[in-house]
Amino acid sequence: MDFMLIFYKQQAVLILDNDGDRLYAKYYDDTYPTVKEQKAFEKNIFNKTHRTDSEIALLEGLTVVYKSNIDLFFYVIGSSHENELMLMAVLNCLFDSLSQMLRKNVERRALLENMEGLFLAVDEIVDGGVILESDPQQVVHRVALRGDDVPLTEQTVTQVLQSAKEQIKWSLLR
Amino acid sequence: MTRNGSDAVTLTWTSEQEETFSFWLRGSSSSHDRGWAHLLPSSRQLHYGIMIKKFDKKDEESGSGSNPFQHLEKSAVLQEARIFNETPINPRRCLHILTKIIYLLNQGEHFGTTEATEAFFAMTRLFQSNDQTLRRMCYLTIKEMANISEDVIIVTSSLTKDMTGKEDVYRGPAIRALCRITDTTMLQAIERYMKQAIVDKVPSVSSSALVSSLHMVKMSYDVVKRWVNEAQEAASSDNIMVQYHALGLLYHLRKNDRLAVTKMLNKFTKSGLKSPFAYCMLIRIASKLLDETEGGHDSPLFDFIESCLRNKNEMVVYEAASAIVHMPNCTARELAPAVSVLQLFCSSPKAALRYAAVRTLNKVAMKHPSAVTACNLDLENLITDSNRSIATLAITTLLKTGSESSVDRLMKQISSFVSEISDEFKVVVVQAISALCQKYPRKHSVMMNFLSNMLRDDGGFEYKRAIVDCIISIIEENPESKETGLAHLCEFIEDCEHTVLATKILHLLGKEGPRTPQPSKYIRFIFNRVVLESEAVRAAAVSALAKFGAQNDDLLPSVLVLMQRCMMDSDDEVRDRATFYMNVLQQKQKALNAAYIFNGLSVSIPGLEKSLHQYTLEPLEKPFDMKSVPLATTPITEQKTEIAPISTSKLPEKLAPSRQDIYQEQLAAIPEFQGLGPLFKSSEQVQLTEAETEYVVRCVKHTFARHMVFQFDCTNTLNDQLLQKVMVQMEPSESYEVIHYVPAANLPYSQPGSCYTLVRLPDDDPTAVSCTFSCTMKYLVRDCDPNTGEPDDDGYDDEYVLEDLEVTVADHIQKVLKPNFGAAWEEVGDEFEKEETFALASVRTLDEAVGNIISFLGMQPCERSDKVPENKNSHVLFLAGVFRGGHDVLVRARLALADGVTMQVTVRSGEETVVDVILASVG
Repeated sequence: MDFMLIFYKQQAVLILDNDGDRLYAKYYDDTYPTVKEQKAFEKNIFNKTHRTDSEIALLEGLTVVYKSNIDLFFYVIGSSHENELMLMAVLNCLFDSLSQMLRKNVERRALLENMEGLFLAVDEIVDGGVILESDPQQVVHRVALRGDDVPLTEQTVTQVLQSAKEQIKWSLLR
Repeated sequence: MTRNGSDAVTLTWTSEQEETFSFWLRGSSSSHDRGWAHLLPSSRQLHYGIMIKKFDKKDEESGSGSNPFQHLEKSAVLQEARIFNETPINPRRCLHILTKIIYLLNQGEHFGTTEATEAFFAMTRLFQSNDQTLRRMCYLTIKEMANISEDVIIVTSSLTKDMTGKEDVYRGPAIRALCRITDTTMLQAIERYMKQAIVDKVPSVSSSALVSSLHMVKMSYDVVKRWVNEAQEAASSDNIMVQYHALGLLYHLRKNDRLAVTKMLNKFTKSGLKSPFAYCMLIRIASKLLDETEGGHDSPLFDFIESCLRNKNEMVVYEAASAIVHMPNCTARELAPAVSVLQLFCSSPKAALRYAAVRTLNKVAMKHPSAVTACNLDLENLITDSNRSIATLAITTLLKTGSESSVDRLMKQISSFVSEISDEFKVVVVQAISALCQKYPRKHSVMMNFLSNMLRDDGGFEYKRAIVDCIISIIEENPESKETGLAHLCEFIEDCEHTVLATKILHLLGKEGPRTPQPSKYIRFIFNRVVLESEAVRAAAVSALAKFGAQNDDLLPSVLVLMQRCMMDSDDEVRDRATFYMNVLQQKQKALNAAYIFNGLSVSIPGLEKSLHQYTLEPLEKPFDMKSVPLATTPITEQKTEIAPISTSKLPEKLAPSRQDIYQEQLAAIPEFQGLGPLFKSSEQVQLTEAETEYVVRCVKHTFARHMVFQFDCTNTLNDQLLQKVMVQMEPSESYEVIHYVPAANLPYSQPGSCYTLVRLPDDDPTAVSCTFSCTMKYLVRDCDPNTGEPDDDGYDDEYVLEDLEVTVADHIQKVLKPNFGAAWEEVGDEFEKEETFALASVRTLDEAVGNIISFLGMQPCERSDKVPENKNSHVLFLAGVFRGGHDVLVRARLALADGVTMQVTVRSGEETVVDVILASVG
């Protein structure tokens, strides 16, 4: 309890898709011990938040900060005694890191193709509920994902065009 | 639509997965699809065929849609994991399989110990590969499987190698993985590396080591505390995260040593920090320390917190403001700077900051509404905020700070969006309204309307309960709102799915209904319940009906007819109640009605259960005596001005045993106290020492029929002493007789222990109810080592003088609530009535007089007579209680305000001595 009071802690980091299904979920304490309770909680959060783009809410006594992009919903959850801005810092760091890693293409498909990147990034941002790093540059640097992604200069013209097209399209549709 | 547009459309279709496609075909209304819908309708038919074609083509190319993890089978994945054993290792494929395994774990898939262990061991082989990402995924797998696989410690040496190796990318994660699987004994083996890692110049390594140490403090405090010097060094790091983590570790290693914490705070508040996170933590530590030491607001710690209000980072500023707001006994002047930064935040473009600010202001408004008045304008702007949580908090804050004239406007505003907010916030709104009703009783009609509208809307149980509670409290506060309130509640139970609420309302109707000008109109609502509802509600309805019959003679015949029908109910309980009430009502005796219909049992239910069980085990000749059952301790009906924090009310809602039931259990376990009979009353704790002394002693007075037991809860605050054979010697001033001491065998540092003293009450003089005891604590001291707690062999006797302990008349009377005092008054009768008049010269107001009498006699005020209406010169106070031995006692005190207060006390009881005792003690 004391630990909770002094050290800032996240209780969970979640990423859901636009049907409210779990793409990623990491719980750092036992508020929701079973998978069933977790999923129910995620459903509840999703129902309360997916229609409004308002960044913060209080649900089941927990502070939930969130952000949505195209077909992804990012959540960071902490106790209602937490500094809301601290939770926000974690959320922003997570989002910005992913955004860099996925070349601003933060959507479901790209994320699913880079799941290992997501796993490693969250691992660098939060450890056991404690913020490990809040600077997205650092996180991306530490994840150091090389993989098969060719740097921009080496991409073929068609690839560049396609990703540009996708981006324009999403910005139109949003 | 242009050619380009359709191109884009088809492209996306190919990138979408099957489900989205079929969703769209079904006309799903999820937000994303809606985006499509308005772009597409005209060309839908046209492109339909093309899209399917393209989709199919793409589908063939990519294999299985766009989610490669969609239909993963655990067994298949584990099967695939066999390629971990192939040589040479194919990093790409292995990486993909590890990702799948972690994905499955993440989805909540259950892995059995054997299969997990098998996969884990296969994975260990991957350490041979030098692929960076693959290695990092191995660390993750180790952490994820640490609790499900066996023998995870076999990777210790690989991890130790990585954490000390040259690759910086490996070192941090390796430390974290290693600490995850390490226990105290193994920790000592890697201690040297941990110390080095903490002071490593690579921030990620240092942070990882510090955070891992922090997680291990709980498990291996003794090992981790040896790293305090390294942590100290890390705290002066340039990296903001390292600084934060180091400070956190330092605090947790020193938190039990107040002096060290103070020193640490002094050092860092002076030298200044780089990290905003570290600043926030310092603020929390400082405010905790302030709270513990009850330091005044002139302390340097308070100055530090206040100075943080001028920090350039918003997070720090908010933390400081919030710390100040949450301090107890903060004056309006000290709050002002905090409130003004929060006011600035109210107009921030960041929703989280606005939310944080208005939530904190809302808290301030509970205690110091006037301090927030300056922000009213900013709060008004937030009412229309797109974030409903912010809007709700703004309105509820305004409801607390605003003037009476703005209430109507605000209520209108809330009703415009109340359906859109979550139940949690609806409850907040209801609580704000409840508080408002207490403040502006004249506005009750507006509120009542609003509440009844809310009652009609959908909502969960908590929400409905909050509304019902609020209406009930309004009814109790404002007699003129009673009829409208009851009407709304009647309407509510017509269609109420919550049994608890329905029974609660029926109970209220039974209590209040008969006393309204037109009791007959409630009968219909109540009887409808008998016809339509579940057993529990029907039973409650029958009880309510009986009360109407007992109070209103002209309704009695109709009630009897209805009762007759209830006697044919299919449920046992309902039938039993109906038969019972029927028979009581037919007697037409006031005393019977009072005893069995208006004022029910006043015994403790768990106590009754226990006594009855005891009785069935050893049946006696004489019938069961209700007086032998301990009485229920009446819940203290506090005014609910303090609004409970919104928290996860996840506590199991079962009937918790009362405090007195717990004492009863504890005392019954001590052999010396058997045969004292049931516990009659336990007093509140009395402090017998100053708060900050070597030993802290509190006393609870337990009253039995002929004895009293004094329970002394002692705490030893000296860490270099072990106390043994602790007892409190008592010297009575009257003819009370100390017959036994039960000492506490051991009293180590900071572990509370209890010792007891048994006293016999004087038999010959029943009026001797008050007595003063001088108390001395006697004990054997053994000095001990403050660190290990190991005591010396020899000890010496010592004693410590405590404050005097008073036993007063209130200790002999248990509070009992008589819901219908008039009926109870008639029931007891005037056989032993006595009356006397007193002048209370020192008392200036009626309120004060009422308060004094209640606390002196320790009896329960009935019929809300403890509240004196404003601007009245006279008042009647009704008190009810049970005297030791089980005699009902009722007191009616007529008070008149002239010069001082004149009081005419009338006491009734079934026992003459009790009347004498009360009058004697008042005089």
